Amino acid sequence: MRIWKDAGHLIRLALLLGMLVVAFLVIRRAVIPEGFGRYGHFRPAALEDVRAHPIHFAGRAACEACHPDVMELKQKGKHAGLSCEACHGPLAKHAEDPEVKPVLPKVVALCSRCHEANSARPKWFPQVNTKEHSGGESCEACHKPHKPKFGE
Amino acid sequence: MSTNRREFLTECGKYLFLTSAATAALDFVIDGKAEAAPNYMMTDHWWAMTIDIEKCIGCGNCVRACAEENNVPVGFFRTWVERYYVPDFPSTKVEVDSPNGGKDGFPDQPHTGGKSFFVPKMCNHCSDSPCVQVCPVGATFETPDGLVLVDEKYCIGCRYCVQACPYGCRYIHPEKNTVDKCTLCYHRISKQLEPACCEACPTGCRKLADLKDPKDPVHEFLRVNSIQVLKPHMATGAKAYYRGLDGAVR
Repeated sequence: MRIWKDAGHLIRLALLLGMLVVAFLVIRRAVIPEGFGRYGHFRPAALEDVRAHPIHFAGRAACEACHPDVMELKQKGKHAGLSCEACHGPLAKHAEDPEVKPVLPKVVALCSRCHEANSARPKWFPQVNTKEHSGGESCEACHKPHKPKFGE
Repeated sequence: MSTNRREFLTECGKYLFLTSAATAALDFVIDGKAEAAPNYMMTDHWWAMTIDIEKCIGCGNCVRACAEENNVPVGFFRTWVERYYVPDFPSTKVEVDSPNGGKDGFPDQPHTGGKSFFVPKMCNHCSDSPCVQVCPVGATFETPDGLVLVDEKYCIGCRYCVQACPYGCRYIHPEKNTVDKCTLCYHRISKQLEPACCEACPTGCRKLADLKDPKDPVHEFLRVNSIQVLKPHMATGAKAYYRGLDGAVR
């Protein structure tokens, strides 16, 4: 076999190439995370990472499960569409453990957040100039937050 | 990933005789860990958001709720509210302000003439997103259910996507040094809860929408009303649908 006599350099080259290919495959396997490309050009476990974030707002259904009386009162009033946590703040901890007592919101600041007159607010939305409207009196003196309009 | 003929036929057989959800759960049931089966099916949803400008009262509840739910650092915003003032003439001189992202509400600024309104802004969860296209490491991506999310473990904090987003919805988290953005409260919506901003919105201005759900009221909302997305000329496939959006809004 004369043809192999001078082929030593070719074999060495082929071996080197083979080693490089193997090294490439090994590194590729080590570097690319599991399942990469299953749903797209990203690591599928990242979806679980985002979903694992803790919940702070319990959601309206959780509130209404224990407070049907408030739900009933609210349903008849102007604030029927509001979620409880829109005013009371995030209460997932309270929903999990009723012993964790929520802090009641400060009424005047809370009401004026939405109902203070503002030229940029849509005209259909009920707004008042708090100082002229109540003269420093707390909103709660006349309006009940869960059923705010008189005679409803 | 390679599949031999036997595995391929077995998988096909499962899908033929079971529903896709049952197939996904089958392996877990056989292993005796039925509770670990994924009950949230990404392929069943295509999330979007509808925002009704005429209902926004600029209370800032969404901004606060978002910050509380997602631990957004002070001075950064995943969602924020802008106040526009468009004078009668010249109507090109539009004034926009957003003090602290609208988190503390807006002090009244009476104007004579013209119009003034609020515009809530957030990630548009574009279906053809520029931020995803520029990411050099595959750390930001579009999910099969239509969200644009960030893989914090892969983000190298290069800020390329922050520049690419035409809506300015991304920021670098000052502690993590990775990019951060709205996830449309993925941790909530995958558990049948509303996103925090929608939960806290008192007027129903912002609403989560599932475009793949035929019973979702979003279809009627999109059909009946005049709908616009932000910067439509950029062809981002934005999925935050605004009702009553003024031409002055950028």
